[in-house]
Amino acid sequence: MGSWHMLTLVGRDRPGIVAKVSQVLYESGCLLGEASMLHLGGNFTIMLMVGMNGDSAELAGSLKGLADELGLRIHLDPAEGAFHEHPEPNICVTIGGADRAGIVAQATRCLAACGFNILNLESAVAGSAERPLYVLHIEGQCPLDAEAIERHLIQYGLSDLDVSVHPMETMIA
Amino acid sequence: MIAAKEVLTWPDERLRQVCAPVTEFGDALRSFVADMEAVMRSGPAAVGIAAPQVGCLRRVVIVDASARKGRNHGRLVLVNPEIVSWDGSVKEREGCLSVPDMTGNVVRAQNIAIECVDEYGRPQSYEMSHFEARVVQHELDHLDGLLFLDRVVSRRSDLFKRSPEAK
Repeated sequence: MGSWHMLTLVGRDRPGIVAKVSQVLYESGCLLGEASMLHLGGNFTIMLMVGMNGDSAELAGSLKGLADELGLRIHLDPAEGAFHEHPEPNICVTIGGADRAGIVAQATRCLAACGFNILNLESAVAGSAERPLYVLHIEGQCPLDAEAIERHLIQYGLSDLDVSVHPMETMIA
Repeated sequence: MIAAKEVLTWPDERLRQVCAPVTEFGDALRSFVADMEAVMRSGPAAVGIAAPQVGCLRRVVIVDASARKGRNHGRLVLVNPEIVSWDGSVKEREGCLSVPDMTGNVVRAQNIAIECVDEYGRPQSYEMSHFEARVVQHELDHLDGLLFLDRVVSRRSDLFKRSPEAK
């Protein structure tokens, strides 16, 4: 594979986005790598590693036509890419409760101070308009144990929320 | 029994077969078990292996959770194993010798009771929980042609999971 690019896409969700994007990539001779595709707040989002031997400008032109047709924003940027790069998380953190400003900033600043490397972060807003709830789930690698991380998070101004930190163990059999 | 030499990797079709019960409990079985264990211990830090992973479509597994914290039975050879009861559910991350370089979250029963025979054909029964129970469930899936990939759950779906009481 000649080079890797990161394709990012966002647009109003509708059926057929993945099919049409992947068809353009297939017809352009691309190899698809790892992908994250999610419905977020009414939008559909794609982050996709694309390997190609050909001309990225030509592909970008084909994708622009598709973006115009479906009302999407698509970017194609050069990126370093490799297979078999799967660091395993050893800690998962779940924080949730009544929604308020600053939860993610406080939590991730504290985790960074603990030496925590975030590998996955997902959040959801639930509840109702009057009483919104926020749930944050983070997986990553950290040299500190779960109890120490949980203690730091609670002391860091998150005591109004439910904070739980657990070790993750990958069983290979 | 065939000789156990190396781990088959997905998408080898032999990993998708339902294995037959063991009916002969002679030296050939014990020799096969020794070979299979050597294969298990020669690779990454695996805690179990099932006969179809080395190309033998018989209901034999080896588990060894002794290197992990928590109560466990150490090294066990389980022949013709069956789960006779289970309760609870836990989601943890799993990988597989036969699916290299890939892991995923899988929901398993937290506690199980199994009945089986050992490599001499003697009846055995065990009650297991947590990590050891997970290993056994993973291996028993292999005997029915299932891989952990068949049971992977989305992380994100957990965030939106509604409690049974939710209306």
